Amino acid sequence: MTNTEKLIATFSDALTLDASKVTDALTYQSIPEWDSISHMVLISRLEEAFDVSIDTDDVIDMSSVAKAKEILKKYNVSF
Amino acid sequence: MLLANKTALITGASKGIGRAVALAFAKEGAQVILLARSMDLLEKLKSEIDASAVSKAIIFQADVRKYDELKKVFDELNQNKIYIDVLVNNAGIMKDAVIQMVQQQLIHDIYETNVFGTISASQLAVKSMLKKRGGSIINLTSIVGVHGNLGQSVYASSKSAVIGFTKSLSKELASLNIRVNAVAPGFIDTEMTQSMDQRFHEKNIQSIGMKRIGTPDDVARTILFLASDLSAYVTGQVIGVDGGMII
Repeated sequence: MTNTEKLIATFSDALTLDASKVTDALTYQSIPEWDSISHMVLISRLEEAFDVSIDTDDVIDMSSVAKAKEILKKYNVSF
Repeated sequence: MLLANKTALITGASKGIGRAVALAFAKEGAQVILLARSMDLLEKLKSEIDASAVSKAIIFQADVRKYDELKKVFDELNQNKIYIDVLVNNAGIMKDAVIQMVQQQLIHDIYETNVFGTISASQLAVKSMLKKRGGSIINLTSIVGVHGNLGQSVYASSKSAVIGFTKSLSKELASLNIRVNAVAPGFIDTEMTQSMDQRFHEKNIQSIGMKRIGTPDDVARTILFLASDLSAYVTGQVIGVDGGMII
């Protein structure tokens, strides 16, 4: 599984969302499934999937799937 | 055992209620992680626990007023894949002064420990609890946080803030299977109350329905209930442990 596939699977699982809806353009709070509460679950699942610990500033900054990739790159996850 | 296979972190664990909680949790099978400013007292407590409990205690010197110190503790735990099921926000200080005698430093001291410390530790603990798919946070407030008391406007308001925090956080985290409750002790026999003027001491005893001072173990047993699955459907509550005290 590539990191992109892992990212999509993690978003899909954490947000209880069909994987086809997880695109770079998907943004935080644009759909009911990605609200502030599920955002906490998402961060936790991303940390597990990529074995990283995401700082609070990055938790706040993670406003889209594209942004999530950008942030994870800072933690040495390549896409 | 009520806390078998559970990991619990207790702040202000070296004495008083925190110490009683640490001993009660360890006796019930929890792996306990103990934080306090005094390493000497923590090491003594660790020896006591390690001699009899199922799991060895883990101790950290940390001041809850300093976020960096708390974060360092959680980072170290996370690196070792130690995630917590229970957080007891026990660290707290009490200083009395009528409003005209309240110095700015007193406000900072009380709020930084009782409020900022509780919020910071909870924020870090939630991240850990999400890895466990659930947890229980127990915040120590006070009977005066509910009813107020003369000479304690700063302390009481800090404990009222803890109640507001508890109730709000319980709403945020309920769907994530993380429960948040508060315990409000009345007049408890700890170092904090032993330093009190004897006249106030007597007056306080007379205001207690059960006519006796509470013990740290009285409070620890209620915290044990909230930490365990016995309270699996309890969240957002403030439970008084005051022997029927009237303020």
